[in-house]
Amino acid sequence: MEFIYYFGEVFTPISFMLLVGGTIGGLILGATPGLSPTMAVALLIPFTFRLEPAHGLILLGAAYTSTVAGGAVSAILLKIPGAPANIATTLDGHTMATQGRGAEALQLSFLSSAAGGVFGVLLLIFLTPMLAKWALAFGPSHLFWLAILGVTVIGTLDTNSVVKGLLSGCMGMWLATIGFDDIMGAQRFIVHPSLAGGISIVPALIGLFAIPQVLAMFARGRQPVGSDVIAVQKHPIGKAMREMTRRWRALGIGTAIGSIIGLIPGIGGQIAGLVAYDQAKKFSSERQNFGKGHSEGVIAAESANNAMVGPSLVPLLTLSVPGSPTAAVLLGGLLIHGIFPGSDLFDNHPDVAWTFINSMLIGQVLMCIFGLYVAGLAARVAQVPQYVMAAVVLGLAVFGSYSVQNSMGDVYVMAALGIGMFFLERFGFTAAPLVLGLILGPIAEANFTQGSMIADATDGRFSYFFGGTLNIVLILIVIASVAYLAWMEVLQRRQDRADQANEAKA
Amino acid sequence: MTKILKGLATALLLAAAPAAAQDYPDRPVMMMVSYGAGGATDFQARIVTMTAGNEDALGQPIAIINKPGAGGRVGWNWLATQAEADGYTLGAYNIPHFIAQSIEGGVEYSVDSFEPIANWGADPAVFIVGADSPFNSMQDVVNWAKENPGKLTFSGAGLFVGHHIAALQLEAAADVKLAYIPNNSGGAGAMKAVIAGEVMGGVNNLSDAYRAANAGSVKILGVFDTERSSFLPDVPTLQEAGYDIDNASVNYRGIMVPKGTPQEIIDKLAAVMPAMFGNPSVIKQMEAGGSPIKIMTRDEVIEMWAARQKTLEKLLAGL
Repeated sequence: MEFIYYFGEVFTPISFMLLVGGTIGGLILGATPGLSPTMAVALLIPFTFRLEPAHGLILLGAAYTSTVAGGAVSAILLKIPGAPANIATTLDGHTMATQGRGAEALQLSFLSSAAGGVFGVLLLIFLTPMLAKWALAFGPSHLFWLAILGVTVIGTLDTNSVVKGLLSGCMGMWLATIGFDDIMGAQRFIVHPSLAGGISIVPALIGLFAIPQVLAMFARGRQPVGSDVIAVQKHPIGKAMREMTRRWRALGIGTAIGSIIGLIPGIGGQIAGLVAYDQAKKFSSERQNFGKGHSEGVIAAESANNAMVGPSLVPLLTLSVPGSPTAAVLLGGLLIHGIFPGSDLFDNHPDVAWTFINSMLIGQVLMCIFGLYVAGLAARVAQVPQYVMAAVVLGLAVFGSYSVQNSMGDVYVMAALGIGMFFLERFGFTAAPLVLGLILGPIAEANFTQGSMIADATDGRFSYFFGGTLNIVLILIVIASVAYLAWMEVLQRRQDRADQANEAKA
Repeated sequence: MTKILKGLATALLLAAAPAAAQDYPDRPVMMMVSYGAGGATDFQARIVTMTAGNEDALGQPIAIINKPGAGGRVGWNWLATQAEADGYTLGAYNIPHFIAQSIEGGVEYSVDSFEPIANWGADPAVFIVGADSPFNSMQDVVNWAKENPGKLTFSGAGLFVGHHIAALQLEAAADVKLAYIPNNSGGAGAMKAVIAGEVMGGVNNLSDAYRAANAGSVKILGVFDTERSSFLPDVPTLQEAGYDIDNASVNYRGIMVPKGTPQEIIDKLAAVMPAMFGNPSVIKQMEAGGSPIKIMTRDEVIEMWAARQKTLEKLLAGL
């Protein structure tokens, strides 16, 4: 309960001003394609040089929470996921926007972000010591099985054909092998200098999601003005709140999965949204509506990616080990003020630690308020004529890809992947499974290599990868997930056959 | 005619060169860091260059540009082959990383591709074990490894980086066989592996290990340097522990420029930079962050690079 004592700190004039500024700035940065939360926080660190430690951290904490939520704006309105966390949001969110329900999608995304986010920070406040143990429980063998579990999700994600889903996943995994490999430094498939650093995830996201859509818009050509302007529906906030409470199951699944997976160092943040989306779909009674503009898709994805924010800081704050790229950047922000995370932080600088955590809590609420305020206005983006929209999105795509590493190489990668995806979509492949392959491939590979090296030096590969409770539990979940896939496929076949028989009779 | 033109051109160039160096720099300077924003190198590069705009330093600010990827190879390849050698593009170096990578091969740079300017920091590698480990000295570690050859697992940030060099030196000096496990997420990942007990020990950066030891998560058993660190006065060096290991694995960080940069500009930078690193506000922030400072002039760095090249060639020859 110590944290309540330090709430006063957050509401001093300067702190609150920084909190509001950080939140609004974070929303804008987050909504800008290519500026991931990690980048946004890194950009803000020089501004904290001259601030008091607590003030600097308020700015960083507020920016972190709101950039994650801000990423949903470009995901929903432009189909450009700002960061891996927002991939799942595009699946239903952007479809809703094209149906004129952009305001509803944005409101739902901000409300569920806040709900998930507040829960995540509360976990950070109350359960940090316990969670720290959980974060450390995952060694190379467990992370390997977790990545394999992710692979089993690929087949059902955003596609009607399991085979095509798995094929896209394989393509993604192959793309992930390009570049110098992380452990041995071997060069693989570097056919062009811009591939030397491998395919970075943000340019890949922009290319795979935004470019096919831009090409489709251009292909449609210039139509008479006014022929296909979408009527943007107004959507009262109260209705969005009722919708969210009605979809409590998706909200619960998203929040729970985001909090649990967010904790696991090095893996959580990237896949929390996608795994939550997939699980919400499996448990939903309206499974067939997912991907067609269903509110549960947005709620699950967004509550998961904000629920992850709090727990993802646990390893940093307790053990001084950053568990995610953004946490690593925050570590820099702490060090610059002479504050060492770990027990030192809570013992000797409780004012800084708790003010920081409290600011993330208040930041979630502020983010929700500002987000809801602009949702109605922002949704009008859908009314922009398509040929204008295509040009704007293309411009943002180039800007976003370039800004990640100031490299034209990334722009080429973005363009090549985008054009490739445009043709793949014609054959019924989708981008989400491909991206998941791109994310999971390196995790599975690196952890398998590392695990094997440890196993070879100790008690052999079999007992290392198949022994231990956690390994066995994860393997069982993998088996269950595959069995579920097979069972659904069988049901589908039976249904198809019955339909055919009925047609034949008729 | 062409002769006259050529002569004219040469004369113009000669006249222009010193003038350009005198005016240098007349616009902001860019510094490439080949690691991501927020990493230790990036973080320190931002601190040591923050006073560049002062009149007694460069008089122009230095902007940091990150070109991360493949353990630094992407950024250094870019600096060696694509950066303009006009003095407005600087780069941060990490020794022994880029020298070890150039010996390993597959990259487009070597020590001859760059001109050092000055060194700002030196982060030695240390040997760590988990807080509840039975090992309490380097002797314990080596004795266990001698009884169980090839079974002592310990983590480090990757292959061909300082940690790997330290591991190789330890194997050679103690004449044991160890199982070095390179981590795919750098020093932080390697640290996590030690704290979580996935490996029996690890080589890590002194600055990160110092923080983890303060947090009570690890014990520091030895420093891979020729002298003790002021942060850890009680921890012996590997030499003191009885192993013939020098400072070849110490992670030196500093500024360099691509080969071909005009000599006047190199001289100007080399004259200004050490004083800039020594600025009291820079020192204060570096110390607050637990980043060990080591300021070296251009001549000292040239000597250090040459020495490293020799040691590393020998050490990596067996791989």
